[in-house]
Amino acid sequence: MTEKETVQLQDTLEEKFPGAITRDERQGYEGYIVETAKLVEIAKSLRDDMGYDYLSSVTGVDYLPDDKMEVVYHLYRSAGGPALTLKVQTPRDDSVVPSLVSIYPGADFQEREAWDLLGIRFEGHPDLRRILLWDGFHGHPLRKDWQEPFFEAEGKPFKSRWPQGEIRRIEDTHPFGKNVHYPSEFTPEGWVPEGEAALYSSLGKIDHGNGNNKQGLETDQIVVNLGPQHPSTHGVFRMVVTLDGEEIVGLKPVMGYLHRNHEKIGERNTYLMNMPFTDRLDYLCSMSNNFGYALAVEKLMGIKPPERAEYIRVIMAELTRVVNHIWAIGFLLNDLGAFFTPMLYVINERELILDIFEAVSGSRMMCNYFRFGGVARDIPEDALETIKILVNERLPRKVDELDLYLTGNEIVQTRAIGVGVLTKQQALANSAAGPVLRASGVPYDVRRADPYSIYDRFDFDVVVRYNGDVYDRYLVRLEEIRQSLRILKQAVESIPAGEIQTGKPQYQVRVPAGEAYGRVEAPKGELGFYVVSNGKPNPWRYHVRAPSFINLTPLEEMSIGQKIADVVAILGSIDIVLGETDR
Amino acid sequence: MYGIGLIKGLGVTIKHFLETYVDDLRWLGRGRYYNEDALKIRQSTEARGVFTVQYPEEKLSVPEEFRYIPFLVYEENPDGTREDRCTSCGICSKVCPPQCIWIVRSNDPETGRPIPAPTEFYIDIDICMNCGLCAEYCPFDAIKMDHVYELASYERSSAHIYNKERLSKPASYYAEIRPKNYAREEAARAEKEALKAAKKKKE
Repeated sequence: MTEKETVQLQDTLEEKFPGAITRDERQGYEGYIVETAKLVEIAKSLRDDMGYDYLSSVTGVDYLPDDKMEVVYHLYRSAGGPALTLKVQTPRDDSVVPSLVSIYPGADFQEREAWDLLGIRFEGHPDLRRILLWDGFHGHPLRKDWQEPFFEAEGKPFKSRWPQGEIRRIEDTHPFGKNVHYPSEFTPEGWVPEGEAALYSSLGKIDHGNGNNKQGLETDQIVVNLGPQHPSTHGVFRMVVTLDGEEIVGLKPVMGYLHRNHEKIGERNTYLMNMPFTDRLDYLCSMSNNFGYALAVEKLMGIKPPERAEYIRVIMAELTRVVNHIWAIGFLLNDLGAFFTPMLYVINERELILDIFEAVSGSRMMCNYFRFGGVARDIPEDALETIKILVNERLPRKVDELDLYLTGNEIVQTRAIGVGVLTKQQALANSAAGPVLRASGVPYDVRRADPYSIYDRFDFDVVVRYNGDVYDRYLVRLEEIRQSLRILKQAVESIPAGEIQTGKPQYQVRVPAGEAYGRVEAPKGELGFYVVSNGKPNPWRYHVRAPSFINLTPLEEMSIGQKIADVVAILGSIDIVLGETDR
Repeated sequence: MYGIGLIKGLGVTIKHFLETYVDDLRWLGRGRYYNEDALKIRQSTEARGVFTVQYPEEKLSVPEEFRYIPFLVYEENPDGTREDRCTSCGICSKVCPPQCIWIVRSNDPETGRPIPAPTEFYIDIDICMNCGLCAEYCPFDAIKMDHVYELASYERSSAHIYNKERLSKPASYYAEIRPKNYAREEAARAEKEALKAAKKKKE
């Protein structure tokens, strides 16, 4: 946003809502602080009158020293442009904020997450239950005064490591149970999870015995749990489905089985230590995760990587996109019943790309390759040659083969066309991102809409399809591989020689106080990192806007009315990775 | 006509099926498997047919930058004694994301002042996430990432905490697994020494 536009926007906002909206004047912060009571009204006006139709991220920050909780919203126009940041403040001991689900249904899961982890209650939320943690969990772990069972110190590095390192295994000194609080009358055998009952009742009326279906027949509705141990769910993910015959009438996703509170770990870590941890979010696309985090911290530090590093970053990010999309297509075919043959054909090619990652970063999947202001090491000349051969010769051929193999296949078409339709309006309202959004007819790609790094220099098309079904999502991914190869061809030709790191590599970076939101177009959608610094070596707040998590918001809408066998395909077409969904 | 797409798809499958046999013919007499030269080509951008490797009889060679569990580098003196490169400055243990490095710094028994050498050095390899930050930020090139990846053992509690003895490997081993890095670091060190010497001469 140019300064002029900012002023214009501010004038309009202040004129419309006198006194309810003020500019955030804290050092290093941007956006607006909104009065709690007026939030819904302002959001409605922003959506309807000013074109901010896409709510990207909702998260909370615990400002313990000020005794305040803050909820941060990032809004966009789907036509493109930078974010508008709104903030709402509420006291810590009784944190209540009006829910935005009525305006932006995409806030649903994110508000539940903020309730779960930070204890901020969203008034008017239709189904405010815990989402990542189990129902018996005590407290809200992202609050700054909450400590985990194996708590050692507020921030790393820990004092016990050097100079007098006392080696011990944490479980030897902290037997299970220490620092874990139970209610006094708690008995594990007698405990009935309240959340389960709430979960089933949230599915709507389950009328055993005398329910009527659409055809006027007397039928029973039954509840089926797909997962958490189910081969179709790509990990430990559970869908609680209400069925009428084979047709789905209600669906609730249940996640958190792989939850490790990545964000709390991130707030204990120093800035650099978080880099290898981001690899483990979406473990298929570690380079993209690195990219987003590096951008956020670089924004705070006010540095830019040198030219060669920018090119290397783009090359790695696009190779990651190729890897992810061929993986996603392969697994979609698995879900459709083509057990592993297409999958194994495509992961041949993935293997060759992973070999490049290994040569460049030292690891196939957990790359840990980006650094603040550059990359860890230069790309070896022979690796660059291999990339050239891959993007110019081998991969285009293989993508065409994949196209020939699958696109025209009648079984794929019958299973995928018209299944799991998500309309343009639904996709926008539910904050879907990436291929899911673009397959529904919204040409929104962060690389174009709000270019970062050097993406404004490359020629590529934003792939968009209009039917919003499983088939279109497949086609979008296939075409995106071709577009990525197009970017790669340009990048490997024009990569300049030179430095790969701004300044001297430091193991403890100095990050000025403030906030930053770095977002990239990760293969699965918009990946954002919201980082708040207070000038100390550890980030005060570290939040990940995970596309795998938020893309699940419209899953219910996509699945209702479909057959149960198709839910597997629909989930496959969203392409989630549980490492990122559960964080 | 319905079914054309299916037939085309099956054509791709048949092509894949036959490719391995065609590739077998190419390696006739020399063998497609258990053959170093064949393995290299089978895993390159020219690969055709079945892509899998017959592990453990065949093993992929790892690239120089490959990283797995760190080790400590020591110099071998001509008289057979060892000299640790590590000065126990503690940067590796401070930068370690999962905090799996424990170092005990040596103190001079008489003066009580710290000596630049570790008495003890432990890495819990169950916690280590192989990120390579310790090796990257060590100012003395004393800790480096290894290439050995077959570490399975039956005994977790004692076998997975590596002590200094277990971690130490000679500089010649380092030069062997990472020749380019080694050469570059040695050149930088020689340059530094030369600069120092020149400065001394001037004085």
